Amino acid sequence: MTTKKFMFVNRKAPYGTIYAWEALEVVLIAAAFEQDVSLAFLDDGVFQLKKGHQTKGIEVKAFEKTWGALEDYDITKLYVDGDSLKQRGLSADDLAIPVEVLSRAEIGKLMEEQDVLLSF
Amino acid sequence: MKFAILVNEGPYTHQASDTAFQFAKAVLAKGHEIFRVFFYHDGVNNATRLTTPPQDDRNIVNRWSKLAEEHNLDMVVCVAAAQRRGIVDEGEMKRNGKDATNLAPGFRISGLGQLIEAGIQADRLVVFGD
Repeated sequence: MTTKKFMFVNRKAPYGTIYAWEALEVVLIAAAFEQDVSLAFLDDGVFQLKKGHQTKGIEVKAFEKTWGALEDYDITKLYVDGDSLKQRGLSADDLAIPVEVLSRAEIGKLMEEQDVLLSF
Repeated sequence: MKFAILVNEGPYTHQASDTAFQFAKAVLAKGHEIFRVFFYHDGVNNATRLTTPPQDDRNIVNRWSKLAEEHNLDMVVCVAAAQRRGIVDEGEMKRNGKDATNLAPGFRISGLGQLIEAGIQADRLVVFGD
């Protein structure tokens, strides 16, 4: 099968809408199809990665455990926009998994290299 | 050029589905090919035949069905997203013990693999969403 570079751009907060959760479902399928998968987290999307989500009260599934599963799917290219983190008072230490913190220009460059960009 | 289209929003609430439709029409009018239209998130609501807009408004669902019939379009609704939102075909009805179906003509329900395949096969995958 042809392998293409798929980048998933996550821009929305983890809860409040279903976008982030359903995006993750696509990511896992892309990996199952053995595509070259990467994830970029921008804007409120950086909150998806934050440690310590407590979702019991809103009765929805939390993300944190699922991030750990990405490695099982060989998804290791996780890029986070440093400005988005900073604007929200976060740093890489606040995140549940190791990521590469990049500038917007660097993320833009990575986007240019992709075959398919899916923004959620 | 070979296009694939992803529709991520439902009809009427968002313009994304209208814009996707106009884009699809323009692509075909220019002689390009559409490999597949894939409906995800609330976009699956574009596929319910029970939609009944006021008479002086566009019927977004019928419009998709008609376009599919005219151009033999492959319009795929994500099964997981459809199950959450109650979009049901014959197979899903039986599988999940439901008492009705509502999938409009020209649509079919299938997995997310169809979206990834569209990304692989098409020259451009164009996303319409929020």
